[in-house]
Amino acid sequence: MATTETRPQPATGGKPGKWRGPTREYDLLKEFVIALVVVALLAAALSALFSSPDEPGITLQSWSKAAPGDFVATAAGELAGTTTSASYGPPYNSASEGMSMGPIKLQKWAGVRIPVDSANDFVVGPLSRLTNDPQATAALSQWRAATPEQQQAWASAYADALEAADNDPAKVAPGDYGPVPAMTTALLGMANSGILDSDLVDTGSGFFHTDYTRPLLFLADGGYLEETAGNHHLQGEQWGMMNETGNYPGQAWLWLYTFWYQIPPFTGAWGDNADVIIWTLMILLSLLLVFLPFIPGLRSIPRWVPLYRVIWRDYYRNAPHRGSSP
Amino acid sequence: MSAGTPDVTGAPASSNWTARLRTRSLRAFPPEDLMPERQPAYVASWIYVFGVLTISAFVVVLASGAWIAVYGPTWWHTSSVGHFVNSLHLWSTELFFFFMVIHLWGKFFMAAWRGRRALTWITGVVAFLASIGTAFTGYLVQTNFDAQWIAGEAKDGINSAGVGAFWNVLDVGQMLLWHVTLLPLVVGALVVLHVLLVRARGVVPPIGVDEDGTFDPEFKAGV
Repeated sequence: MATTETRPQPATGGKPGKWRGPTREYDLLKEFVIALVVVALLAAALSALFSSPDEPGITLQSWSKAAPGDFVATAAGELAGTTTSASYGPPYNSASEGMSMGPIKLQKWAGVRIPVDSANDFVVGPLSRLTNDPQATAALSQWRAATPEQQQAWASAYADALEAADNDPAKVAPGDYGPVPAMTTALLGMANSGILDSDLVDTGSGFFHTDYTRPLLFLADGGYLEETAGNHHLQGEQWGMMNETGNYPGQAWLWLYTFWYQIPPFTGAWGDNADVIIWTLMILLSLLLVFLPFIPGLRSIPRWVPLYRVIWRDYYRNAPHRGSSP
Repeated sequence: MSAGTPDVTGAPASSNWTARLRTRSLRAFPPEDLMPERQPAYVASWIYVFGVLTISAFVVVLASGAWIAVYGPTWWHTSSVGHFVNSLHLWSTELFFFFMVIHLWGKFFMAAWRGRRALTWITGVVAFLASIGTAFTGYLVQTNFDAQWIAGEAKDGINSAGVGAFWNVLDVGQMLLWHVTLLPLVVGALVVLHVLLVRARGVVPPIGVDEDGTFDPEFKAGV
């Protein structure tokens, strides 16, 4: 790659700022080819040794079968308007303003551009397409004929009763729940059969679909996804999304972003707006790094931490001196 | 094409766009600067290897990603060959970031922005940030549990900044196109620009050493 022969260059003839001191032979192309081969072999060896994680995704069908109580409670919560998605705010709905930082409300200002009506999109809409279930059809008719206040009262009462019964519909105490139990049971049946998975992806765009906003929001409203993530050490307080399932490095480069979520005040006093505050903080830190050459103090750190003397120790030892003797 | 007064490179001034581009390119990046056979004598440390290691890992990332693209994003779930190629894509990405972070810290402690090299530093840092975005979208399009969970977690931060209204991490089609076309183009262009700037400006001299290779007397006095 290189020899240590030096050949001083003429002081004249070079461009301003061009190196005019001693040089050494250096084969850039050979270095690149060797590096490419080494890195390719290293990646292949790591792949052969450690492979890569591939935990199958959760479907609405697998959720409804593994945790039917959680599924039914989530569906009741959608009808009651108490789930995360139902009260999310922009870009999905206007149920709240979303996060803000003082008077700066970026989430609100961006607007509702991906409309999601949790009760209708996740429960009422799919049931309306279930044409061969008379009980579901009757329950849906009763729901639609009721006032919003009555709908809210039924759904909230059933959600509370489910919670009191550990999300087991069979143990729910008798009460005035209107058509809600029949609706959630019918939706559970749709999920069990697998048709809800395709139904929720349908955004009216026709045959082809790539947008999983609705099924993912519905899935995230339940407890099963989070519980599964916790089992894979993926929750927010477990350094969240920088991890992967299994023992893999994950997105280790996100450590600083994820770090803030582990400490106060982001876990406490600022928790309600932690996302936007951490995003702002990371953008400011990124700008500091980008424009570091122009920031007094920060740009002088390398002179104070003499690592450069180690890197260039050979040159410092042998370099010619100008003016007075060294 | 009309000939005019010769410019500083000796080529005739011309209204021909092609000739002007060639002239300006050769002036900015003369072949002896782009592909030199010699380097300054101080380019003699292992820290200099991490730049080319980063580019090498990037090449492996692109090649393994292109291999997956041939068969589609879900191929690797059902094919053992596909799973190995996905592993290659993952581990070359891990190596890419590992090398790049060492390269970045090395350049920081060498204050490599000195001598009209600030733009070289800036393009490198922006390439690092763009690479984080590219890798992130890769995790979103794995079409498995990791993708589901990471998308669900990430949406809140992105929505809070107002970006999620336009850049929907739950739309796998949108994220796939960003991952395989737009962001690699951005990173690739930044890497090319970064390398061209390194070649045009040259490798930064040691702290306290002038471009003629001698110690700055003031620096020496402070040693």
